[in-house]
Amino acid sequence: MFSGFMVNTWIAATLVAVIAGVVGFFVVLRGAAFVAHAIPHGAFGGAAGAVLIGVNPLAGLGVFAVGGALGIGWLGRRGRHDVATALALVLMLGLGALFLSFSVEYAAAIYSLLFGEVLGVPSDELLPIAGLGVACIAALAVLYRPLMLTSIAPEVAEARGVRAQRIETGFLLVVALAATMTVPVVGVLLMFSLMIGPAATAGSLTRSPRNAIALSVLIALATVWLALAVSYLTNLPVGFFVGTLGAVWYGGARIWTARRRGRTASG
Amino acid sequence: MNQVLRALFAPGFFASDPVHAALVVGAVVALVTGAVGVFTVIRGQAFAGHALGEVGSAGGSAAFLGGANPLWGFMGVAIVAAGLIELLGLHRPRARDVATGLVLGAGLGLAALFLYLDATSSSTTGVAVTILFGSLFAVSQQMLPSIVALSAVSLVVLAVCYRMLLLSSLSSDLAAARGVPVRALGIAYLVIMAVAVSLAAETIGAILATALVVGPPATALRLTKRPGGALVVAGLIGVAAVWLGIVLAYDSYYWPPAGHGWPVSFFVVALVFLFYLAAGAVTGMTQARRSRRSERAARRTASGCAEHPGDAA
Amino acid sequence: MNVPVPDPSADDAILNVDGISVWLAGREVLHDVRFRIMPGEFTGLIGSNGAGKTTLFRVILGLQTSSTGSVLVGGRPLTHRNPIIGYVPQKVFFDPDMPLRARDVVGLGLDGHRLGIPLDWGRRRQAVDAMLDAVDARRFADARVGNLSGGEQQRVLIAHALISRPRLLLLDEPLANLDIGAEGEVVALLARIAREQRIAVFISAHDVNPLLPVMDRLVYVAAGKTASGTTAEVIRAEVLSALYGQHVDVLRVHGRILVVAGAEGPPGVTFEETDGVAAGPGVVSL
Repeated sequence: MFSGFMVNTWIAATLVAVIAGVVGFFVVLRGAAFVAHAIPHGAFGGAAGAVLIGVNPLAGLGVFAVGGALGIGWLGRRGRHDVATALALVLMLGLGALFLSFSVEYAAAIYSLLFGEVLGVPSDELLPIAGLGVACIAALAVLYRPLMLTSIAPEVAEARGVRAQRIETGFLLVVALAATMTVPVVGVLLMFSLMIGPAATAGSLTRSPRNAIALSVLIALATVWLALAVSYLTNLPVGFFVGTLGAVWYGGARIWTARRRGRTASG
Repeated sequence: MNQVLRALFAPGFFASDPVHAALVVGAVVALVTGAVGVFTVIRGQAFAGHALGEVGSAGGSAAFLGGANPLWGFMGVAIVAAGLIELLGLHRPRARDVATGLVLGAGLGLAALFLYLDATSSSTTGVAVTILFGSLFAVSQQMLPSIVALSAVSLVVLAVCYRMLLLSSLSSDLAAARGVPVRALGIAYLVIMAVAVSLAAETIGAILATALVVGPPATALRLTKRPGGALVVAGLIGVAAVWLGIVLAYDSYYWPPAGHGWPVSFFVVALVFLFYLAAGAVTGMTQARRSRRSERAARRTASGCAEHPGDAA
Repeated sequence: MNVPVPDPSADDAILNVDGISVWLAGREVLHDVRFRIMPGEFTGLIGSNGAGKTTLFRVILGLQTSSTGSVLVGGRPLTHRNPIIGYVPQKVFFDPDMPLRARDVVGLGLDGHRLGIPLDWGRRRQAVDAMLDAVDARRFADARVGNLSGGEQQRVLIAHALISRPRLLLLDEPLANLDIGAEGEVVALLARIAREQRIAVFISAHDVNPLLPVMDRLVYVAAGKTASGTTAEVIRAEVLSALYGQHVDVLRVHGRILVVAGAEGPPGVTFEETDGVAAGPGVVSL
């Protein structure tokens, strides 16, 4: 379980989990789950394109993720935000379908792009993943306070001269960066699960933003490590475990807080 | 004339059976998703609509594993997911967003599992591609009656609930005060949406179904102000996108790279997107002109009434 | 529209609104509005929903341009992001699921508009604690803000606005949705802040009565037009009748003020438009 390829996988998974935990906190805070789903998912089209022309999928993902983030920001200013997100997403996926139909590389490669692949992390991809991760965290640290303020009280932020539009774009770009680094391990679809489940769980268990971020990272780590280990042992896809564990944590946390609240109310 | 037609429709277009089926199925499905989707857009449920499509793909792949037609598995899982979203989502927008996200995340996990099992158990490669990206030309003839029947049922239910649904979409408080069972209506609507999304998934694939459910209605709502009109316009735009998509996909066999058709789903999505952008450009221009004119007119009347004792102290 | 008042020198005014008109979507929302607010004064902005109160606030905050007139804040022309003004918006919805404490909200008032990482944690914490004490919110400083009562959330928001040391505090309908007890506490707190720290408080409300004991002056808005002065000067039948463009009676009952639309005049006149609270002639809960 800890030899050869798998060591790389563990390292990459750990990096991905840390980023997903941190970014996920802001996704849940802002109610931006759809965008957080659309950007990595749409970026899949880019990866398919990159495979077609024989470039590193990471590059294709990056181009589509950033393009998608900017496109959603642009369209969202001119119409309903959720409609803009949906249409940008399907356009990118439609392109993905086109690229796939031309591609000779079929089912297996696509499947691993979508749902992740345990044994798919070459050593030379670890450095770019780590670099993207550091960039994500740094960008969020810089954006932290205006991001919080625009999430909580947009009118106040506006009155104090915060350009909500720019902060939003910055945030979408961070999501795009995070999406780009996910391919090798969890795949574009499951990165999303990893952002929502742990962050929502942490949010219902803690009170301060800082604790929520820390807990979110811990839960994301637990999710990924557990999923990898079980996937290795059962030979079932890692995405299945990542996806369902997120929901399990959240359900558990809800039941726990409800029972605790019931006890304090009766006692 | 004949030459134009030949340039537009590649040889054999009107003689091909799969094309006939695709035209019929595509039109029926586009009408249903157009009508249902108008409420999806008004109610701000594009995310839920998209999530149902993707979660449904877990059902589709499970049905494939069991040898059933994916449509049934698709619809079953999508309806269950609709119930879960409504159950977990409470009434707050943020909680709804998280609930939808969690259901989607879990559903994707299941899809990962079933698609994997599909791939290992059957010799056919590319099950994932078929279920996720679909192909209108592959719709089996024997599914046609079921698709038409399901579409008709959805449209009838939608027509019955129409006014209630409109009122509760505009203001749930107002609807509740009028005695509309808002919660039950919300669940009923999500179920109709699940059916519509499943039908769309059957035609252009699970993860592109959103294009038909959101695109034409959003375009229609930009072009017309009346909700009733929007239902019809959305349906027509959807039909136009699907039919044009079919024609282009059929023609594309003669495009480079030679001997290889471009996927019909791609054309449908691209057309839907183009229509949306075009509608935005058109309404943007007319709106700017109208508001400039009305402000000028209002200023003129205001200055004309200046002697009127507006400020009386 | 101005009722004659002893003219305070324009240079000393913390807020000087001089003849502004605002057009929105081809409609005149505010017409020739003029009034002044002096440092430490407690001023009410009274009017029904849709009368133009929020628009007036947006003009003062520099978020909405006016077609005519000028606004001076602290003797200087308007700027976007004015540090002299603190703002408490009308609707802030704190989701109970959001991991956010009262102290986090107050802290964002200090530096929420800045990029980067705050460095002096110690001093920041002290400032937040002091502010929480000042609005009597220390006991729920570490509670989830979404679980607090309406009055407690309002205190947190006031602290959020005050911590950047403004000289003018704008509050948009802070008393809406509060029960009577909480209403009185928030008003008393604001009056104390105005008196002790010489911060001008400008507060919008659709009911004048909760503000009567503490209000120095008021600005009355109806149908985009305003009248300003002391309560006794503005809340009079002649002034309000002129403002509404129809006969209005002012009744004083047990120290409360009721504004009653007159029965004369054409039926169904502008009252419905000018006052969303009252549908047709009847008693307006002013």
